[in-house]
Amino acid sequence: MAITGLANPSRFLAVVQPILPWLTAATVLVLALGIGQALFAAPDDYQQGATVKIMFLHVPSAWLGMFCWALMSVAALGTLVWRHPLADVAGKAAAPIGAAFTLLCLITGALWGRPMWGTYWVWDARLTSVLILFLLYLGVIALWRTVEDPSRAARAAAILTLVGAVNLPIIKFSVDWWNTLHQPASVFRLAGPAIHPAILTPLIVMAIGFLLLFVTLHLAAIRNEILRRRVRTLQLMQAESAAE
Amino acid sequence: MNLGPHAAFIVTAYAAAAIVLGGLIAWIRIDYRLQRRKLADLETRGVTRRSDRATPTFP
Amino acid sequence: MSALFALFIRDLRLAVRVGGGAFMGVLFFLIVVALVPFAIGPDNALLRRIGPAILWLGALLASLLTLDQLFADDHEDGSLDLILMSSAPLPLAILAKACAHWLTAGLPLVIAAPLLGVFFNIDLLSMAAVSLTLLAGTPALTFLGLIGAALAAALRRGGMLVPVLILPLSIPVLIFGVAASNAAIAGPVPFGTPFTILCALSLVSLVVGPAAAAAALKHAD
Repeated sequence: MAITGLANPSRFLAVVQPILPWLTAATVLVLALGIGQALFAAPDDYQQGATVKIMFLHVPSAWLGMFCWALMSVAALGTLVWRHPLADVAGKAAAPIGAAFTLLCLITGALWGRPMWGTYWVWDARLTSVLILFLLYLGVIALWRTVEDPSRAARAAAILTLVGAVNLPIIKFSVDWWNTLHQPASVFRLAGPAIHPAILTPLIVMAIGFLLLFVTLHLAAIRNEILRRRVRTLQLMQAESAAE
Repeated sequence: MNLGPHAAFIVTAYAAAAIVLGGLIAWIRIDYRLQRRKLADLETRGVTRRSDRATPTFP
Repeated sequence: MSALFALFIRDLRLAVRVGGGAFMGVLFFLIVVALVPFAIGPDNALLRRIGPAILWLGALLASLLTLDQLFADDHEDGSLDLILMSSAPLPLAILAKACAHWLTAGLPLVIAAPLLGVFFNIDLLSMAAVSLTLLAGTPALTFLGLIGAALAAALRRGGMLVPVLILPLSIPVLIFGVAASNAAIAGPVPFGTPFTILCALSLVSLVVGPAAAAAALKHAD
């Protein structure tokens, strides 16, 4: 199986290094196509006007933000259950990328919300759940940064990732209930646009572009993390031999 | 391309995307160069891994 | 003087590294501030009214979080003894550490606060006022925190001691910080009055904090 074949870090590097330029080119092409379609070809929505163009950033960011946590959860299982050597590296490398997409989702959502619904932020279930996801990302990143030894940090981060994955649907439900228990001061209609093909196509293209961007960056980040651990090992070796 | 009355928000959203994703890309690239530089530095000082001496990863 | 500067740079570097406090403090601030609407409910009008107070409380708690590390790490690895023995005046050395701490723990809070103001639907002018009061007041929190941190430095199981010591001292800072924020937002008191008192508190603590902390460290043995 390809995944077990890539368990050896050196083999991973050898396989991934030549692929990265191609992935980068594909990402640039698809994103250019998507942005071009989004900005120029997509028609204005009859309700929202041109601001629907923000959706082409907002929705793919949301999808990728959630996809990334799912991927990290699989990697966490790989660390805890199957003991795959690169699983925790994949998990650690993915976290900042997922956090960035989630942050972009929050920012573009706020910028979309202001002209559409009059406010940058509202404590409704969906926005709050995404905010919690963002906080979970920051928590996992903080955990990685706090424990010195990568292999010890790996197990802790894997457990935190899985707890977060289980907790996300629970949070979604509880935030739904919380929002209906306390009646908000004003009610906002979250009427989304009807998905015409002319709007759907750029959305799908942008989603594919974002996915390619994620894969490219993730592989690059895994590569960086492998190198970082090599540096750390060598520095420890050097310190040990200097102490003799 | 007429962006309508809320053009500022649309432009800001795309600019935010450029900054956030651009920053992410930049960080990954800079981190790569940093690790490469540290490895090269350690190598010139003679600190290497056994497998690197046999078959170097980066010639 | 270069010894003090070296100490300053060293503390800066340590704070941003793995295990350092810089990132954690801002993250804690973010989480605490995000928790409040969950407790209160999505009542926008109420959130807007208490927004500045929540931001100030969050900044206070986040500062406390990173303060007790200030001397504890140095005490553990022995560098505190070196600092005590050096020829540089102890209050100045402590001041150098405190400045590094504020730059890495206090200033990020000041920068993060306007962004978090979005969650409370605070308008731009009000957010600027809150940030300004935080900028003037967080140094006071750092310098007052020095005292507790120094008193607790030698204790391994200090735990909640530093917050318990520091919080009463920080109450005036909190009061005037929130008063200045609300004065800018709603009046009727002019912004200048509580704001200048806030600045005065920072200046006084700039002198008292390091001096008291130096005394505490010297008498710790």
